[in-house]
Amino acid sequence: MAKSHKPVVWFPFAAGGTVIAFFIPVIVLLTLMAALGHVPAGLGYDKLHAFAANGLGKLIIFGVVALSLWSSAHRLRCTFYDFGARADTLVATVLYVGAIVGSLFSAVYLLRI
Amino acid sequence: MSRKPLVREVPPTTWYFRHPRYLRYMSREVTSIFVGAYCVLLVVGLQSLSSGEAAWEDFLMALRSPASIAFQFLALIATVYHAATWFNATQKAMPLQIGEDFVAGNIISGAHYVAWAVLSVGVLIIAGVF
Amino acid sequence: MSNSLPRSQPPLAAPNGGAVASLGRPGGNNERLVQLEVLRYNPDTDTEAHFQHYEVMCQEEWVVLDALNKIKADIDPTLNYRWSCHMAVCGSCGMMINGEPKLSCHAFLRSYEGVIRVEPLTHFPVERDLVTAPDDFMEKLKRVKPYLIPKETKAVSEGEYKQTPAQLMKFRQYSMCINCMLCYAACPEYGLTPSFIGPAALTLAHRYNIDSRDGGRKERQEVVATHEGVWECTFVGACSEVCPAHVDPASALQQMKITSSIDWIVEHLIPGGKS
Repeated sequence: MAKSHKPVVWFPFAAGGTVIAFFIPVIVLLTLMAALGHVPAGLGYDKLHAFAANGLGKLIIFGVVALSLWSSAHRLRCTFYDFGARADTLVATVLYVGAIVGSLFSAVYLLRI
Repeated sequence: MSRKPLVREVPPTTWYFRHPRYLRYMSREVTSIFVGAYCVLLVVGLQSLSSGEAAWEDFLMALRSPASIAFQFLALIATVYHAATWFNATQKAMPLQIGEDFVAGNIISGAHYVAWAVLSVGVLIIAGVF
Repeated sequence: MSNSLPRSQPPLAAPNGGAVASLGRPGGNNERLVQLEVLRYNPDTDTEAHFQHYEVMCQEEWVVLDALNKIKADIDPTLNYRWSCHMAVCGSCGMMINGEPKLSCHAFLRSYEGVIRVEPLTHFPVERDLVTAPDDFMEKLKRVKPYLIPKETKAVSEGEYKQTPAQLMKFRQYSMCINCMLCYAACPEYGLTPSFIGPAALTLAHRYNIDSRDGGRKERQEVVATHEGVWECTFVGACSEVCPAHVDPASALQQMKITSSIDWIVEHLIPGGKS
């Protein structure tokens, strides 16, 4: 049996899982604060726009969004299998393509800023 | 002597009810639904941000709907659970041997928790919460 | 928690000299009537397995294996199960006890209340009663070459292959596997995808891969780095929780996923990196 190409999907999953663990909880906290009416200064249009206009800021935002999307897509693929869905190729294709499309849209939006 | 072994099938859709540890595992995996959905919300947020101030303010207002608050609350729980399971696993994936002995797993995971706290507070400071 | 040594007998006389009527009776002290529900399957007559109920007088400090031995000796000689050492070393008496993969010689009766349900290890075909067919595991064990493949062969006259204590400690825990297959019974991915090489075999591959004297990693990767190898693992972690020898297969597999990924990058993304 040939060696697997799974590292292609697993490596970004592992990287993304780390990014999610370190950064997504605090980002959720920030948007939740905004949702509850206490908009943090950093989520004000001017500040956030300035951050996203900066090259490094773009890179950080893109990295967090793209890796988190990929990681959750990959884990969701495994979850589908664990729940008994056996059409793994279809599930994997839909989820990975979804993650890539989401990342591309993020890149386009960021470049517009 | 002929053999006639009895093969017991694993129920493919309900196996995780067999043991609490499988339910724990599945709850970890299911966090990916919330993380994925929240990422979609982030992409929508980026779109609003790139469309000007009015669109961004609309996005912030949309966040205030009860459904959005409920979702973000669940997402917060899911992502914190993801983080805890992820950091607990670091000691297995990345053991550290110094000399003959391995560094205690709790120290490796603990260091990740400390880094997590520092980074989170850092993000909150940059975001102007304090 | 584990203490496989037999517990010392309870004191025959209480310090205050009274209230010991239930202890020290002739023929055994501190006995308890234990109820077991044992899965039975006779390949000659049965098409399905069924539970059989037994009630047997046991000593308080006995293990489930002792209860089975008592049943076989006094009640039902047709009951089949495997065992050998009775001290958690040989790895042959693995069973499901109340749904948990356990060595029956290591499952103390005092840890259980009510009827104790005893079944053959899940995920393995049942040969007869509590005896399972380990053929699949044995075949997979061979495939990962779980033996030392020396980096360079030396003549006997050149002496032994030396190793520092630190180099020994690096793999020592992974060498404690007793091939009891409890991790296979615990692993849902093995149950769902039987072609998965599985926890114990892959962990033994890792044990030799990280041995300073070994040079066989490249050969083992042909099995380890396939879909059926480490990539079938989703890190449930059940293997490590049930291991009676305190091996941590989940950690071995995680580490092999990382090294296999690095291999892949070297082979595919670095020019001339095909080693």
